[in-house]
Amino acid sequence: MTPSMQIILSMLLPLVACLTCVLLPKLNNLRDGITLVLAILLFGTVLRIYQGFSLGADYSLELIQFHPNISIAFKIEPLGMVFALVASSLWILTHIYGVGYMRGNNEKKHARFFACFAFAIFATIGIAFSANLLTLFLFYELLTVSTYPLVAHKETGEAKSGARTYLGILMGTSIVFLLTAIVWTHVIAGRMDFVVGGILADKTTAGFLAILLGLFAFGIGKAALMPFHRWLPAAMVAPTPVSALLHAVAVVKAGVFSMLKIGVYIFGIENLSLTGASEWLMWVAAFSILAASIIAMQQDNLKRRLAYSTVSQLSYITLGVALATSMGAIGGGLHIVTHAFGKITLFMCAGAIYVATHKTEISDMRGLGRTMPFTFIAFGIGAMNIIGLPPMAGSWSKWMLMVAAADSGQLIMMSVLMVSSLLNVAYLVPIFARGFFSPATGTGSTAINADIPWRERLSEAPLLCVMPLCITAVGCIVLFFYANSITDFLEPITQIPVPEVSNG
Amino acid sequence: MSALVNHSLILVVLIPLLAAPLCMLFGNRAVAFWISFFASLFALILSLHLLLMVIDGDVLSYHLGGWAPPLGIEYRVDAANALVLLIVSAISTVVLPYARVSIKDEIAEHHHTLFFACYMLCFTGLLGVAITGDAFNVFVFLEISSLSTYVLVALGANKDKRALSAAYDYLILGTIGATFFVIGLGLIYMSTGTLNMVDLSQRLAPLEDNKTVRTAFAFIVIGMGLKIAIYPLHRWLPGAYTYAPSAISAFLAATATKVAIYVVLRFMFSVFSAKFGFELDTVRLIFFPFAIIAMFAASLIAVYQVNLKRLLAYSSIAQIGYMLLGVALFSSAGLTATMAHLFNHAITKGAMFMAVGAIIMRIGSPLLPKMAGLGRQMPWTSAAIVLGGLSLIGVPGTAGFVSKWLLLTAAFQQGYWFIALLIVASSLLAVIYVWKCVETLYLTPSTSNVAVAEAPLSLLVPTYVLVIATIWFGLDASTITVASQTAAESLIGGGYGGEATVMGVEGRK
Amino acid sequence: MDNLFSSGFIFGHMNYWLFVVLMMTGLYIVVSRGNLLKKVVGLNLFQAAVFMLYISMGKVAGGTAPILTGNPDEVYSNPLPHVLILTAIVVGIATTSLGLALIVRINESYGTIEEDEVLALDQQQERDELAALEEEVLKSK
Repeated sequence: MTPSMQIILSMLLPLVACLTCVLLPKLNNLRDGITLVLAILLFGTVLRIYQGFSLGADYSLELIQFHPNISIAFKIEPLGMVFALVASSLWILTHIYGVGYMRGNNEKKHARFFACFAFAIFATIGIAFSANLLTLFLFYELLTVSTYPLVAHKETGEAKSGARTYLGILMGTSIVFLLTAIVWTHVIAGRMDFVVGGILADKTTAGFLAILLGLFAFGIGKAALMPFHRWLPAAMVAPTPVSALLHAVAVVKAGVFSMLKIGVYIFGIENLSLTGASEWLMWVAAFSILAASIIAMQQDNLKRRLAYSTVSQLSYITLGVALATSMGAIGGGLHIVTHAFGKITLFMCAGAIYVATHKTEISDMRGLGRTMPFTFIAFGIGAMNIIGLPPMAGSWSKWMLMVAAADSGQLIMMSVLMVSSLLNVAYLVPIFARGFFSPATGTGSTAINADIPWRERLSEAPLLCVMPLCITAVGCIVLFFYANSITDFLEPITQIPVPEVSNG
Repeated sequence: MSALVNHSLILVVLIPLLAAPLCMLFGNRAVAFWISFFASLFALILSLHLLLMVIDGDVLSYHLGGWAPPLGIEYRVDAANALVLLIVSAISTVVLPYARVSIKDEIAEHHHTLFFACYMLCFTGLLGVAITGDAFNVFVFLEISSLSTYVLVALGANKDKRALSAAYDYLILGTIGATFFVIGLGLIYMSTGTLNMVDLSQRLAPLEDNKTVRTAFAFIVIGMGLKIAIYPLHRWLPGAYTYAPSAISAFLAATATKVAIYVVLRFMFSVFSAKFGFELDTVRLIFFPFAIIAMFAASLIAVYQVNLKRLLAYSSIAQIGYMLLGVALFSSAGLTATMAHLFNHAITKGAMFMAVGAIIMRIGSPLLPKMAGLGRQMPWTSAAIVLGGLSLIGVPGTAGFVSKWLLLTAAFQQGYWFIALLIVASSLLAVIYVWKCVETLYLTPSTSNVAVAEAPLSLLVPTYVLVIATIWFGLDASTITVASQTAAESLIGGGYGGEATVMGVEGRK
Repeated sequence: MDNLFSSGFIFGHMNYWLFVVLMMTGLYIVVSRGNLLKKVVGLNLFQAAVFMLYISMGKVAGGTAPILTGNPDEVYSNPLPHVLILTAIVVGIATTSLGLALIVRINESYGTIEEDEVLALDQQQERDELAALEEEVLKSK
């Protein structure tokens, strides 16, 4: 298969999945089965692209001429490749989990749910492979629109107002700031494709560059930089698979990924560090990291706490861009992967707890670890990954970001990262620690009866829910040992060799 | 065949004109439909052919009866009016099959042939306005289309008597507009002694300081402003669009105001020279502020509408603001944006009004709350409204995005970054009113227990032709962009008055 | 500018003054009268003023009607504006008749041809529709 065929195939597979779901609204098993097969096929295709790409093949494709000198085009580069791999591999697991969750929870309108889900994956792959700002923007907006029905899925008043906030902020920021920034970039630079080293060098003054960066940073609402983060907690009204894949991985990562891509390929790391245009962004990101962590500590609703934790973690990546060093950019890229695995585990655990016990508040979850050990162990691994403890992959990305901060002499940023890690400990560890060590709050079913053998004491969520979260938890550990292959792979994006990450 | 091509400029107007009395003569509803449809299709093919002939910047000229201009009447086509011709004839060809079905519900049976006859007259008028190169001819065709439009709007009275008062308002304001336009023409005729547009532009060139010429310009812009529904002159539009039969709302929203905008462009740039200082003042003092007020005020009013057709009508007024803003930028890029938006908005609004018409046919009411929960019962129609709405917002991948892109680029090129911000900010209001529809259609539980069937295919197919066009031209936008660029350059660069290929009968001088 | 108020300027443009007066009278009637019929009358006056503007425009001092007399020195008035306005008159008649037809229909449907009463009836209908709607929503809950 030619490279361009592979790209087209990778875009088509999720679309076919979407169509299947629309056309087979009643046949639950057949529809979910076909979608699973397509998800696996998609992962296979993305792997093939990865193989071909790492062998040095040129993967680019011009699809449609949008404007005499702009077209909707795809081009594969390391960052997008990594993002596509993460999204497509996690889709398989989330799909399995989603089937278990939706059935276990008796949710309605499965067909619409899975159709929109598949379409969101289509948009995510489109963002990952986009070759210029226009294509990126196109799929970025498609992602917003296609996830709206998922957030509003329950159709209750709460879901509707959450979805309204979600759409309002994401679409508002993208229309007002991002579109303006893109058109402005096009007018200044005369082009808008992604080029290593950026296209804006010497085109405008440092002041304008800083404003332009601001338009991009706040325009990409999906990166949830404060004060445009409110949509993320609002989106937590969605069913948990949505929160897991989309609001821990696809959507938010699409945001920071765009941020990273624009920082690296539009502004250029070197250009940013020379002009100092990104200095202010560093402070905003640092504020976002700390403030969101502190808010997370006060949340009793598990999903909301995780959502604020996501806001904080996303700003790590924004910080990586703002540091304007190659180490920072690559660390940001790595953090996309590691955080994805960690956060999806946590969200899937939250969903599994909900399916099994219908509990959403952290204070109700004392002692649950004894009846749901797999879920809570996975939660612990995910949490340690987010905190950045070895041997979890998250430690590498945090390490690299800290080194980047030290490299550029930003000691304050370094301490922000350290304080933030402490805060992570403070809001994540108690959840699973209490799960295991506190006595159960409720009487009855969750109370321990020592006479019953432990196997029968378990009341885990359905297997389809528990299996995926265990796999992602294992993934967090496995990635720890393969972090350097990711950083090696990402190296070309900055053109400057980075120090080797030693294997653990 | 060669005769057909040779006379295509006159045939494109003549065939629909002849179709109108034919409809009446046969007096049979089916025959009338087919006559109109073929006339419209024929005009579509010819205008496509014309557009292809002029897309490289050529100009075609046709001398009526072989009388050479400036004495004879001339039809003259450049990329700008070829694009308008294409918009009008394409929309008409799509709307007609829709109308065949939709009017069954809305108009008394014995009026159907009359409907098609009026429709053809209106169509002729719009085509004529676009194609003619004679200033007075513009007035004549304008009145042909306006008079038939008043009748068409009033035909909605079968369903809702408010159509009558709406048609009456439209008649009064439309006539005042047309009369203003005639006064303007009289004044320029008085100062130049000619009515041929090319001849006019040459004779007006040295008359920049002439007060009569300036007054004439003011009369023409205000007169046409009434027909365009520039913001404070828009009073007739919401009523007319709301109470007209669905097919007519779609046709008018997509074509009538566009043609009027074309006339203003033609007069501003081809007849009066773009170099005239007073034009720049007009643009700065009138078009800029009113375009921006329209973008915000009309959108804001749209947000509070309960009647979906009225909501769309106000959104049209806001979108007209975007078109005027492109003119107000007074640059080639700005005009490109205007020309492209003429096309993009025509297909978007056409599709939306047709979809709303299909809903009204099923549930009998244009009121939004009555449409609660229709997303399940009429999935295709509702999806059409959502897709059209996305185009109104300007979501990438839809035609509306292309216009917004071009408009923003034009604003940035002129250094008007503030205007650019206003453009994007006003589309936030579009998000609100479009999402109001989306929430009603999909997320609000239905109030009645009566099952509603999906619209018939005969309505869905024409609607989806335009919906797909909206998406297609949102992705593959280079064709329209190139055509609009050529049109803009012909307008602003004076290509219209340049060398023209003369078609038709050679002879009498 | 200095001769703006001279008698030559005022009397020399007598025809224009008259058109302006006639036109404004017509426009004023359209705007101020509530009776739909009177509005049409005003519209007619307004248009008639423009017709006369055109007709007087074509007049050449000392010229006769543009009919060939065989005399080569004959001065003719310009016939073109007259012909143009013939078209406009036809349009005007069509507009008037259509306006009158609409008024007849309005009278049949509303029982009045006073604009404010028509407007009040329209608004009443709108209020009724909304009230019915609210009732329906309440009932469904």
